[in-house]
Amino acid sequence: MDNPFGKLACQEQAMELFHHGMTLMYGGFGGVGTPPALIDALLSSGAENLTLIGNDAGFPEIGIGKIVSLGRAKKIIASHIGSNPVAGKLMNERSLDVEFSPQGTLAERIRAGGMGLGAILTDIGINNKSVASGKKQLILNDREYLVETALTADVSIVYAKKADPYGNLVFDKSARNTNPLVAMAGNFTIAEADEIVPLGFLDPEEIITPGVFVDMVIPSSGVNWKWAWQ
Amino acid sequence: MAIETRQRMAKRAAKEIRNGMVVNLGIGIPSLVPDHLATGLGVMFHAENGIVGMGGTPETGQEDENLCNAGGFPVTTLLGSSYFDSAVAFGMIRKGLIDLSILGSLQVSRKGDLANWIIPGKKVPGMGGAMELAGKARKLIVLMSHTDRNGSPKILDECTLPLTALQCVDMIITDMAVFTVEQEELYLKEVFAPYSLDEIASKTGCQFAIEDTVIKIED
Repeated sequence: MDNPFGKLACQEQAMELFHHGMTLMYGGFGGVGTPPALIDALLSSGAENLTLIGNDAGFPEIGIGKIVSLGRAKKIIASHIGSNPVAGKLMNERSLDVEFSPQGTLAERIRAGGMGLGAILTDIGINNKSVASGKKQLILNDREYLVETALTADVSIVYAKKADPYGNLVFDKSARNTNPLVAMAGNFTIAEADEIVPLGFLDPEEIITPGVFVDMVIPSSGVNWKWAWQ
Repeated sequence: MAIETRQRMAKRAAKEIRNGMVVNLGIGIPSLVPDHLATGLGVMFHAENGIVGMGGTPETGQEDENLCNAGGFPVTTLLGSSYFDSAVAFGMIRKGLIDLSILGSLQVSRKGDLANWIIPGKKVPGMGGAMELAGKARKLIVLMSHTDRNGSPKILDECTLPLTALQCVDMIITDMAVFTVEQEELYLKEVFAPYSLDEIASKTGCQFAIEDTVIKIED
């Protein structure tokens, strides 16, 4: 396929972008929508001391859980880690630093990062010590808000149903979840797609993530893990 | 809890769902609620991972790994459903568009404070979307066992576990009884057979008002 923007690449090329100590943001919700080939590339790269940012810690053998379970991360910013007991164990051993952010606040912080904003204002968690402590508060129009800082990452990895050579993306049902947000918040964004179609094969009206946010596209062979319900 | 007990609680919660509502269900017992819905109700189920119009569980073999609820289990969609990203899913919650949220809890206080996200030093799963749902849903129903594994009350004067949100719970349905919280006061409304008022009082960690006509739920 024509590659006029130089974005179409293979798993090995993606692997070269992963390095020690980087901040990595990943799409997905309980592993659904987390890019399997890019997770494997991250594993193979041997990158450690990662700071991970995503909705949750996956399951021990599913999604980002595969990275977390091997102790490759030093920190994770997520809304919950309950589905991955290994993450809880590492946290209790103090080998994994966990920053919890309420799920909607986390999504909005990621969106803000992708949209070039510095922070968002929300009243979620304002009366809650574990959420509000250390954060700036302000009163606007007689209402109290927490200042929640925007999040960006060195590299973002997302999973799409379809991509074109410019990196325009379409997602699959509930596997969309955090992917469009994560795609925008990466300083370098890699998309893994089940299907890569030529330019012009995606209707501009159907595109969820414009390719301008995407730097690299690699093909997918689908998930290579077993779901909890299987 | 026995599945029959869980189903009985879910059935009671289903009676609170009205035509036209947008409803969010938590994992566990709340996920059993749709099984007990009256037919013909126009209800849209919302999921934090980006669905409005979620339907029931697909038949074995018909599961789609990319169509799951927030608990990660395969679902279907109904006519009129839509998909969207997580920021939009939570925008709907914060804007107050969720009419009813039904979720589980570790503790609830007499005033309706909710504690369901952490047991310090033991279980630290994280809050997920519970703070948004608890704080912003128009009505919040908690489905939980009346006591914890040690037999200690889960309905208390003050929660001893860290709070998820303050004064947000409107109704508590346990395996023993149904309570409402109105103007920071707890009311016993209904009692599941075979429990007596004394038994319920002895397993509840705070005072509560008793309605003149407490309904007994036999089935």
